[in-house]
This record gives sequence, structure tokens and C-alpha cells, in this order.
Amino acid sequence: MTARTTTGDAGATTVPAATLALGDDALVLAQRLGEWAGGAPVLEEEVALANIALDLLGQARVLLSLVGDEDELAYLREERAFRNCQLVEQPNGDFAHTIARQLYFSTYQHLLYRRLAAGDSPLAGLAAKAVKEVAYHQDHAEHWTLRLGDGTEESHRRMQAACDALWRYTGELFQPLDGLDLDTEAMERAWLDSVTAVLGRATLTVPPGPRTGAWSAGAGRQGLHTESFGRMLAEMQHLHRSHPGASW
Amino acid sequence: MTTGTAETTATEGMTASQAALEAVFDAAVAADERIEPRDWMPDAYRAGLVRQIAQHAHSEIIGMQPEANWITRAPSLRRKAILMAKVQDEAGHGLYLYSAAETLGTSRDELLDKLHSGRQKYSSIFNYPTLTWADVGAIGWLVDGAAITNQVPLCRCSYGPYARAMVRVCKEESFHQRQGYEALLALSRGTEAQHAMAQDAVDRWWWPSLMMFGPPDDESTHSAQAMAWKIKRHSNDELRQRFVDIAAPQAESLGLTLPDPDLKWNEERGHYDFGPIDWDEFWNVLKGNGPCNEQRLSKRRKAHEDGAWVREAAAAYAGKHDGRHGNDNHGRDDAHGRHDEQHTHTHGEAGA
Repeated sequence: MTARTTTGDAGATTVPAATLALGDDALVLAQRLGEWAGGAPVLEEEVALANIALDLLGQARVLLSLVGDEDELAYLREERAFRNCQLVEQPNGDFAHTIARQLYFSTYQHLLYRRLAAGDSPLAGLAAKAVKEVAYHQDHAEHWTLRLGDGTEESHRRMQAACDALWRYTGELFQPLDGLDLDTEAMERAWLDSVTAVLGRATLTVPPGPRTGAWSAGAGRQGLHTESFGRMLAEMQHLHRSHPGASW
Repeated sequence: MTTGTAETTATEGMTASQAALEAVFDAAVAADERIEPRDWMPDAYRAGLVRQIAQHAHSEIIGMQPEANWITRAPSLRRKAILMAKVQDEAGHGLYLYSAAETLGTSRDELLDKLHSGRQKYSSIFNYPTLTWADVGAIGWLVDGAAITNQVPLCRCSYGPYARAMVRVCKEESFHQRQGYEALLALSRGTEAQHAMAQDAVDRWWWPSLMMFGPPDDESTHSAQAMAWKIKRHSNDELRQRFVDIAAPQAESLGLTLPDPDLKWNEERGHYDFGPIDWDEFWNVLKGNGPCNEQRLSKRRKAHEDGAWVREAAAAYAGKHDGRHGNDNHGRDDAHGRHDEQHTHTHGEAGA
């Protein structure tokens, strides 16, 4: 992807190429979380999951608008043009899978936005606002990881299975992001420390497997996705695409 | 208000004290004072309130389903955000209302159990399907519009916790109604296909919305006592007329028609006249034969059953760590606080 240049009266601002990838991460996870509506295990979680989804959708709209028209980008791109990491597109599964996905992603996103907020890229302003939201997402996911890991035998088994299943999608998070000057190795160390500590407190085992699949390192960022993603997009895009040029 | 508490009831002679308490209660209701949870109240007043609040709470959580049906397919990101916020509000309303019922000594679990086993009802309107995107707009405009007409008077209901919950619910509902109207307006003024979609949705939702006010006054079983106790302040037919009078001119502004050839302004009455309601359909849907009764209840039961292990885990964890973390209610409080914050944000945006 090449960076898009916007010309305003204050001169040209170039947004980093990775803006699209970060926007796609937020959009796709918001879409997945939106699938929970009406089906959460307890009413408080209906509110909480919707909250997280709304935060992410808000972030996605800002990020995508920096790149182009938010709806054209969300609704008219094909699967291979999406740059989100594969982790966020993974199906909701049971509540444990949703929580494990959120723990892995929010821990990463918090580290990322904290760094972006402290930097001077055009994303600093957004990151400064989003970092507060993401801190809550991470906190929410950590608390549920503790409850499920250290709850009942069944919840422990389910949470461990979820952590194991999604582990292979976490290596991709630390591939360098185009146009952003980040010490991704330091981020990865911090991520591992944080996640390891939470899993330990939750009496869960750090998954033994590799953090990338055979060909998944960086794959989502290059437009290679998993099979369920196409169906997710088909559902998300079909109405918009059925009425070309219509306003809503 | 301050009347005798349960303790006083136990220590005094039953008959005399009963009459005295009832007199204090009646006087408070007559003076438009609020009855609070610790105040003495007649058993039937308590039971009637629990029934009504429970049905209302159940309607909020079942009502999430027809709209959630379109969250993943919303045609723009702005509409998706508005719809997510709306469905989230409904979960929040469910929380306030179950809490209001708890102040009357009935737990949320107990009420959910009654919903799941079919012993308590939710509003029949949610047994109709959302077939197109325009249904989301029609629900906002008509169903939420009817709900507001019903609920605004409840903000002055004699039972304090219910009245206060309704103040908050009504504020949010009026936002929902506006977003529905605005979504329909965009469709009505859009392409030919969008206009047709909007008209079709209004055609399907109009009559069920009128049924939301309940049976005609002469057939309404709970109405008279509820009005005497100031739980209810206007009759079903009065509220229905009020709604028609508001909706009819709005339909004209929307550029849509309402599916009633008898609908016309009656100068003499100062109201719109409207055609007869198909009460057979109403009773039929109420009895369980609506298009989605089975689907809505099964989905609700499934969510509850699938979530059992999660709730058990949370309880087990709280048991193990009681006092160590002192924060086991975290999800609940936090979700609530954040909900408000989100609210302002999203609504501001939607209103722009």
C-alpha cells in the first residue's frame, strides 16, 4: 500500500501506510463482537461487549477516513485487499475464545497506541484518545481470563483451549508496520511478559506451540486471510453492495 | 414518603395495623407521593408491579434480537454504530428494570426463569420478523414511538424505583425514535428501491405497533386497578389515539403512507380517526402463534444455557477470591459506568 496524501490549507499530511491495517483491525474485530448482540452469557456482558465493539468501530471510522472514504473502504474492498491481522477475524467461538482473542489483541493494541500516542505521527491524536478505551478493553479481558481460568474445571478447560487455539495468530502482531517507526521487538517482549503474567495468575499454561502458523507470519497484513473471513465480509457487505451508489 | 416497614407489620396486631398501613399507602398514592421499596404496600400492588416491570424488562432483552439481526449487515459504518449503541441501550434498560424489580424482592434469575419457561410475557411486537434494513428504521420510528407514548406517563408512576428507571429509559428511547425516523427518511428520499423498502416496512409494522397499547379498554384485565394505584395513568385507547395523532403527520413528512384507508383527520373530535384493529391477530400472536415467538424464546434460552458455564465460573472465582480482590463485581459496575460514557459519545455523533 502506498501512503495517501491529503492536501489541506495547512499543507500536505501523509498518513502512514499502516493506517489502513490498523483501521481494518478495529473494523473487523468490531464486526465480530457485534455478532454477540443478544447472545452474551449475562446481561452485563451484552453491554460490555457492545461497548468494546463501539470503541473499535469508532477507531476504525477515524482511521479509515484518514485513508479514504470509510464506507467505500469497508464495503467495496475484496477479501484480499483487507490488511487486518488474522487474529481479529477469527470466529467468536465460545465466550472463552472471544475473551482470549480480546486479551491477545487488546494487550497488543494498548502497547501500540501507547507508543503512537507518545510519538509524532499523524496517528498520535487518535492514539491518545483510543489508548484510554483500549486500557479498559484489556482490563475487561484480563478480568475474564482470571475468572474463566481460575473458575470451574470446565471454564479452565475451555479457556486453556481458547488460549492454545489462538496462540498461533499472535506472532503476526509484531511484524513491522509500514510507515510507523516502532520497536516491534520491544513491543513483543512487553506483550509476552504481560500475557504470561495474566495467564499465570489465571492458573493457565502459556501455550507451548509456535506463535505463527506454517505460512501465517504477516499474512493478514499482506491480504492473506483465513476461510471464515470471506463469509464475514459477505455478510457485512452484501446490503451495501446490493444498492450501488445509494446513501443510507 | 414514610410509612410503616415490614418490621412494624410483624409487631402490631394484624387487622388494625393492616388497615392503618393501607390508609397511609392510599393517602400517599392520592397525594402523588412516591412509594419506596421499604414502604408498606398491598401484596397485589407489589405483584402487579413485578408483573409489569418484568414484562417490560423481558421486552427490552427480547427486543434486542430483531434489531441485532441487522448489526452485522448495517449498510454504512455510521448506521452500524448507531444500531449497536441502540441495542446496547436496550441491554442497559433491561439492567435498570431488573434492578427495579429486585427492589420489590424478586431476583433477576427468578424473572429470567419465568421468561424462559413461558410463565411471563414480553411485548408481542417482537414476535414479528425484521425482514429488511428498513425494518430497523420502522422499529425505531413506530415501535419505539409507541413505547415512548406508553412510557412517558410511567415516569410519574407511584412506585419510585420504576418511575426513576423510566426517566432514564425514556430519554434514550426518544433518541431511538429520532434515529428510526431519520433512517426511514434517508430511505424514503433515496433510490426507488430504498423508498419501496421503507414503505414495505411501514406497511408491515403499522398495525402491530397500534396493538402495542394492549387490548381495547373494555377488554383490558389489569387496567382499572393499575390506574387506581397510579401505576398506569392513561387508558390503552387514550394512549393509542395519542400515538396515531403523532404518527399520522410524521408519515406525511416522511413521504410514506400508513396502510389504513380509514385514517383521516376528524375536525370535530380533534383527533385522527383510524380503522379497526385485527384483534384476532393480536390474541393469536400473544398465544404463541406469531411469526417469531418460538425463535425469539429459543434464542434467549440458548444464550442463557450456553452462558451457564461462564456465570458458574464467575461465581466460583468470586467464591475463591472473596475479599482478596474485592472487585468481583467489576464487570457489572464497569460496564455500567462505561455505558454512560459511550452513550454521550455515540449519541452526540448520531445527532450530528
